[in-house]
Amino acid sequence: MMKRISTIFRAKANSALDKAEDPRETLDYSYQRQLEMLTKVRRGVADVATSRKRIELQRNQLQSQSDKLTEQAQKAISVGREDLAREALTRKSALTGQIADLDAQHSQLQGEEEKLTLAAQRLQAKVESFRTRKETIKATYTAAEAQTRIGEAFSGISEEMGDVGMAVQRAEDKTQQMQARAGAIDELIASGALDDASSVNRGDDISRELEAMSSQSDVEAELAALKGGSPQAIDAAPETPVIEDTPQEGSPQEKGQQA
Amino acid sequence: MIVRILGEGQLEVADDELETLNKLDRRVEAAVEAEDESAFSTALAALLDGVRRSGAPVPADFLDDSDLILPPSDATIDEVRHLLEGDGLIPG
Repeated sequence: MMKRISTIFRAKANSALDKAEDPRETLDYSYQRQLEMLTKVRRGVADVATSRKRIELQRNQLQSQSDKLTEQAQKAISVGREDLAREALTRKSALTGQIADLDAQHSQLQGEEEKLTLAAQRLQAKVESFRTRKETIKATYTAAEAQTRIGEAFSGISEEMGDVGMAVQRAEDKTQQMQARAGAIDELIASGALDDASSVNRGDDISRELEAMSSQSDVEAELAALKGGSPQAIDAAPETPVIEDTPQEGSPQEKGQQA
Repeated sequence: MIVRILGEGQLEVADDELETLNKLDRRVEAAVEAEDESAFSTALAALLDGVRRSGAPVPADFLDDSDLILPPSDATIDEVRHLLEGDGLIPG
C-alpha cells in the first residue's frame, strides 16, 4: 500500500509543474510558487494560533463561571440551603464537560500549530537549497543541458510542496470545524444560557436567592448586635461577606434582569 | 532509503528494515480493506512508529525524492483511500 501511495503522490506532485519553453524559466517559476507556498504555510500557522487563542478565551470564561458556581454552592451550604447548592453544582458539572471539550480542542490545535511551524521551517530550508541549485543550473548549463539537472532539483521540492500543501489544507479543515463549534459556544455565553445550564432565561437565580438570604441574615446579625449593645459588632456587620452578584460580561439579558 | 511521513518530513531508514515495514504495511492495508477504523489507527501507528524508531531525520535542506511516502499519523481510512486515488492532494 505504501508503494502505491508513494507513486501516486509523486505523480500528482510532479504534474503540478508547468513546463516552460526554456526549462531554466521553469526554475524561476517554480521558485515563485515555492515562496507563495511558504507564505501560505506561515499564514496557516497564524490562523491556527488565532483559533487556539479564541478557545483559550472561551475556556477562561467558562472556568470563571464554573468558579462562581462553586462559590455559590459553598455559600448555599453555609446558610443551610442544600437544594441551592445542589442546583449550583449541577450547573457546574455541565460546564465541566464543556471545559474538557475545549481543552481537547486546544491541545489538538496546539499540535497542528507545532506541526505547521516545523513544516514551514523545513520548507524554508528546502526553498533556500533549491534557490542555490537553481542559480548554479542557470549559470552553468545551456537550456538543453539543464533539463536533467532541473528534473532532479524539482522532484524533491515538489514532493515537499505536496506534503506542506496537504498539511495546510488539513489544518484549515480542522480549524474550520472548531471555529464553528467555538461560534456556538460564543453564542451560548452571550445568551447567558451557560449561567443557568438547567433552564434558559431563568437568570442567575441562585445568586438572587442567596443574596436575599444574605441580606436577611445581615439584618438579623445587626439587630442582634444592637440588642446586645455592642458597637463593634455593628461596625463589623458590613464586613460580612456579601454575596457577589456581578453581571456577567457579554450577558445583556442578565444585566437587564438584575437592573 | 528515504521515507516520508506526510506532515512530519523525511527520514533515512536502513534498507534492511523494509521487510519489517512491509509486514506492518500489510496490516494497515488489511484494516483499510476491512474498513476497520480502530484496527487501522493501531496498525498505522505501529507502521509509523517503526519508521520513526529505525529512521533518522534528514537534514532540513535535503532536496530529494522519497522512496516511500506514508500517510499522516492522524489519517483516517477515508483519507488513505483518497491518497490511493490521488485525490485530496494540493500540489505545488
